[in-house]
Amino acid sequence: MIIGVMAVQGDFSEHLAILKTLNVQTREVRLPKDLEDVDGLIIPGGESTTFRKLFDIYELTDPIKRYAQSGRPIWGTCAGMIMMAQTLTDDRPEPLNLMNITVKRNAYGRQLDSFEANIPVSVIEGNPIHAIFIRAPSFTYIGENVEVIAKLNDGTPVAVKQDNMLATAFHPELTNDVRFHKFFISLIK
Amino acid sequence: MAKATWKVKTGLAQMLKGGVIMDVVTAEQAKIAEDAGACAVMALERVPSDIRADGGVARMSDPTKIIEIQQAVTIPVMAKCRIGHFVEAQILEALGVDYIDESEVLTPADEEHHVWKHDFNVPFVCGCRNLGEALRRISEGAAMIRTKGEAGTGDVVEAVRHNRTVLGQIRKIQNMSSDELATEAKNLGAPLDLVQSVKELGRLPVVNFSAGGVATPADAALMMHLGSDGVFVGSGIFKAQNPSAMAKAIVKAVLQYKNPKIVADVSKGLGPAMSGISTRELPDNELLATRGW
Repeated sequence: MIIGVMAVQGDFSEHLAILKTLNVQTREVRLPKDLEDVDGLIIPGGESTTFRKLFDIYELTDPIKRYAQSGRPIWGTCAGMIMMAQTLTDDRPEPLNLMNITVKRNAYGRQLDSFEANIPVSVIEGNPIHAIFIRAPSFTYIGENVEVIAKLNDGTPVAVKQDNMLATAFHPELTNDVRFHKFFISLIK
Repeated sequence: MAKATWKVKTGLAQMLKGGVIMDVVTAEQAKIAEDAGACAVMALERVPSDIRADGGVARMSDPTKIIEIQQAVTIPVMAKCRIGHFVEAQILEALGVDYIDESEVLTPADEEHHVWKHDFNVPFVCGCRNLGEALRRISEGAAMIRTKGEAGTGDVVEAVRHNRTVLGQIRKIQNMSSDELATEAKNLGAPLDLVQSVKELGRLPVVNFSAGGVATPADAALMMHLGSDGVFVGSGIFKAQNPSAMAKAIVKAVLQYKNPKIVADVSKGLGPAMSGISTRELPDNELLATRGW
């Protein structure tokens, strides 16, 4: 089993480090050929406008879409979640239209409004997840076929699942808690 | 729910990794930078090469300019305050900038004290020439480090020197026993707990970018090979003949630095890079990297 992490920019090495502790073979995806034989794909945190430009320049956009259409699991964290959306409330960047969600960028404000919180996640047993939100996005529309798997105390949804696709507004890769990555691996057949 | 925690401050820097942070002086330049794929912009009143050429006292930007830049782009906006000028830092925090660079590029306001950065909710990035300086800044609350290089020269030699110095000192620490670490902390002028964490992690405990003299895609790729998490490019972009093309090429080179064919490809036909000044020809009193301790 190989899990690819989009490595064009952002905190891909944090995802890779957690996957390595789980003894999973990993790949940094920078070019289309890197995607061919991966069984799971993570789009990390970073800058979504930078991601989209680099996906286009290195002709990664269509291969990522084809990868997702193949039904193999894909998970976006923060900027990755923005890429997963069908539409954004902003006019840029253009998302990849993989999940039936609309996403608002920088929904909580600037860096001064970034925060941490403990939140229960329905698909993860045990203690709540310690979630770190950095200039985080939020959902403004969640389609009927999309399941909300985590909410803030005030009821704001912050993580969703649609078939084999996950989107989280927070960064499990910035903590030492490996449960979210284990859950993602469990989606791989 | 907790805001302005250490994790949240260092976390934003982690999101910037593998990216290029570009100096901009106007909203128009900020848009060019964002369109080129910059992961953040640094708002300042003049790019470092102009600060060198003009002389005089270099200060924080006019807040109006910073607000215009914040309104023009959606990527994070950083801004510079003078070393030790905590009121400029308070102003930048009040403006809601995403990161403050307490920078030697501006004229220092205090030659003995840096800003006590733990007092702020907004995170700080600071420059360093060596490991001790990096760890002193982190102990004061810097959540991101950049090696200083020599800003506004277009000469990468000091960026290379500072980066290799930090890396070499980290490698040295990794082979030290506990008692040797205590002595090394004294010699570096750095807190022991941070020296211990460097040994444990095998790197700085925060994200480390390169800065000061990066002028071409090849320079940027060189810094990535030397272990930088990303690069700051100041005068190198908007003093190049074709800023947009240079900006795009540097972004691509940082991503594909391990692939010389791609770096070669993006380096073609960019027109002249900034003309630059050899750092060796600068008198000591014109060196910016020696500001701060």
